[in-house]
Amino acid sequence: MRLDRTSWITVAVVLGSAVLMAGLNLATGPSAAAHVPTYVIGLYGKYLCYAMLALAVDLIWGFAGILTLGQAAFFALGGYAMGMYLMREIGARGVYGNPILPDFMVFMGWHQLPWYWYGFDWFGFAMVMMLVVPALLALVFGYLAFRSRVTGVYLSIITQALTYALMLAFFRNDMGFGGNNGMTDFKDILGFPLRAPSTGCALMVLSALFVCLEYLLARYVVTSRFGKVLIAVRDTESRTRFLGYRPETYKLVVFVLAAMMAAVGGALYVPQVGIINPSEFAPSNSIEAVIWVAVGGRGTLVGAILGAILVNLGKSWFTSALPEVWLFALGGLFIFVTLFLPKGLMGLFAPRVRIVPDAPPADVPVGEAREVVG
Amino acid sequence: MRRILPLFLVALLALVPLLARAADSSAALAMIASGNYDQMREGIADLAASGDPRAAAIIESLKNSTLFMNDDNVLFIQKASGGFVNAATGAPAPGLSADSLTQVFADLRAQAVISKVLGQLQLFAPDAATRMNAAEALLQSHDVAALPILAKALAKETVPAVRTVLQQAQAAALLFSTSATEQQRLESVAILRARGGLDSRALLASLTGQPPRVAAAITAAVESIDHSLELWGILQNVYYGLSLGSVLLLAAAGLAITFGVMGVINMAHGEMVMLGAYTTYVVQQVMHQVAPAWYQANLLFAVPLAFLVTALVGIAIERSMIRWLYGRPLETLLATWGLSLILQQAVRSIFSAENKDVDTPIWMSGDFHLGGLTITLNRLYIIGFAVVVLIALMAALRYTSLGLRMRAVTQNRMMAAAMGIRTPWIDALTFGLGSGVAGIAGVALSQIDNVSPDLGQHYIIDSFMVVVFGGVGNLWGTAVGALTLGVINKFLEPISGAVLGKIAVLVMVILFIQRRPRGMFPLKGRAAEA
Repeated sequence: MRLDRTSWITVAVVLGSAVLMAGLNLATGPSAAAHVPTYVIGLYGKYLCYAMLALAVDLIWGFAGILTLGQAAFFALGGYAMGMYLMREIGARGVYGNPILPDFMVFMGWHQLPWYWYGFDWFGFAMVMMLVVPALLALVFGYLAFRSRVTGVYLSIITQALTYALMLAFFRNDMGFGGNNGMTDFKDILGFPLRAPSTGCALMVLSALFVCLEYLLARYVVTSRFGKVLIAVRDTESRTRFLGYRPETYKLVVFVLAAMMAAVGGALYVPQVGIINPSEFAPSNSIEAVIWVAVGGRGTLVGAILGAILVNLGKSWFTSALPEVWLFALGGLFIFVTLFLPKGLMGLFAPRVRIVPDAPPADVPVGEAREVVG
Repeated sequence: MRRILPLFLVALLALVPLLARAADSSAALAMIASGNYDQMREGIADLAASGDPRAAAIIESLKNSTLFMNDDNVLFIQKASGGFVNAATGAPAPGLSADSLTQVFADLRAQAVISKVLGQLQLFAPDAATRMNAAEALLQSHDVAALPILAKALAKETVPAVRTVLQQAQAAALLFSTSATEQQRLESVAILRARGGLDSRALLASLTGQPPRVAAAITAAVESIDHSLELWGILQNVYYGLSLGSVLLLAAAGLAITFGVMGVINMAHGEMVMLGAYTTYVVQQVMHQVAPAWYQANLLFAVPLAFLVTALVGIAIERSMIRWLYGRPLETLLATWGLSLILQQAVRSIFSAENKDVDTPIWMSGDFHLGGLTITLNRLYIIGFAVVVLIALMAALRYTSLGLRMRAVTQNRMMAAAMGIRTPWIDALTFGLGSGVAGIAGVALSQIDNVSPDLGQHYIIDSFMVVVFGGVGNLWGTAVGALTLGVINKFLEPISGAVLGKIAVLVMVILFIQRRPRGMFPLKGRAAEA
């Protein structure tokens, strides 16, 4: 894979900004003019995790034409895997001092660790599960959906139902994941205390690194031969099928890949925000992720990163300065972008930014788009 | 001896029936006036059993401490006006004053007898409903001592429904009495078995020491009642399911129109429902101020107004936003989602985030029993309302000119346009119709759910499930889908709990779509190939 200028710039900017901020935070004192406060580090780390979710959405929406309204479910699952490791890592330092059981289990009167919690005290195992569980869910769900050729808005709606069902399930106390309180009060990760600024900086830089890795991976996928077929599937699925390809296989592979990409984001998100709870599964989170991509520019990958960071920057500013206005602004953004900026912010730059040929403005040609009453 | 005395008197005076009653109750009155509390309790019970029409008034006055007697132990009742009447005859007794009389007191044990016999006396009340309640109370207490009075009441009772309950009460008392014959017991068990219900089951199950044949009959009866209770339970679940289903139907019908006819995913549909609910709230507030006399009819105003408001909002949305996005269903989805956020926040800013109280009119509150079913009126009205809305929508699509044009545009937009149909206007009106239906769904929901800015969010995913499950663009499919999902949901709830039931339904719909990707009633032919 030959990296073009856009990729170089993207990687340089993401990594450079992260390292610079971390350096300024650690090297300068709070009084220095160039000092970056620790909360900014946490905030930027959070945005970078969202960028991974956005990359995943862009990969399936922008390049496979599947509008997923449930991608945050995989993000949250990755987060829960990390949360389970962090809970076990607390060990006997919890409020109840139980060396095995997390606090919420003692609180609910559990006496034994559920079988699915075994092994999560080992970081390696937790990280494997962090990838395997979302991938398996995506595999089963995608296999069922794509095999029976559920497409378009139907697929969007059932992905939304998927994350909604997961949210309801994780809200239940007897699921063993902390119910509606979720998991929190984490102490340290691999022995590094989470409260220390150095750990925060390291996590943030690590997030930036993973954003770059995921970006390069996604870019590799979409520029490969596989990616060309994928784009063909997006633009005219039937024609691709008639040419002898199996669209469902291509869609399934990219769906599973995107699920794992989102999960990595979730896993890095949890130690930085210090909590994971079922509201991460809320359908609105997934839809917000879609708007990040739409704002940045669908099908550009760079746009996904840009959109995630900019929209969340706006959210942070609005929710502290003008909380009443935030939903108006977000809603207006949805409408404005879809009506007036169909190619997102990246569309404002020169078309050479696009790494693959343009998607047609419509998902399907107009004549075929309508569901029709018989 | 205590019991025999009045009985003896009754037997003696049976020869002179006209006097019999008077003599019977006068003995009882004498016992009340005797000053001995044991005798007083006897007297109260006898007076009640005598059937004397004045018995209730006398016992009532004893309870209220307005019963007096003179030195000759003749009883007088002090009226509210202060004057006295003769207790036995009811004739006014002028010239008496409280100073010359002694008040008759009832001690605690006598008071207990009074409240019991007053209940029994209601068996003879002129009002059938009062008699019914008294009989039910006796059935629950299955008091053996009430057997004679039950027999008396049965002889007089003419209303069949009350007779049935009296017989059931008699059967219950007989089963607990020691003197009933085996035949009587068997008949009693049969009567209670026919009555059914939880109370009969509990009553029968509590019986011990019955003869073997009776015990066998009781076991069989309990089983039979259990069986029918189970059946009623299933029916009750079906009712709850239909009720939930009709709510889903109302919420999804508008979606089926916009999604089905126009291929537009309207994520702001839930907010149209919410606007309808808030319209109801505003109508109630205004009517409360302006026309309190018409307040009970507020829903009759709210329904058309909600339709109008949401239809206009819908048309405005279509004209300003959606028409630019035709042929791009995914973009429409995002834009309408953004709109839903704006509408929610707008309502939150105007009305605050708190739940609003929306009254249920008196004629819609309460419930009634149908066999073993409890039917709540507001839910029943909503079921009926959903049916009416569904029929009206179907009629509108089939018989009106607008409906004809809508169907034409749906089937072949190009051809319809070539025939001179102004498709943009049809689109706008269709969207208005779908939104308006959502608005009246909001009126219905305001009666059973909290009216809050996120009301619509609670129903939007379920509504989508209904539309997807039933098959897009097919009102029949929507109706069947809504009712099926509603009933399945209610049947899963007792098994797995509300949340797991909901999850199970979602998973089932996801799996169902695998089998039938275009819903239960998919569209056929070229038009369906999207």
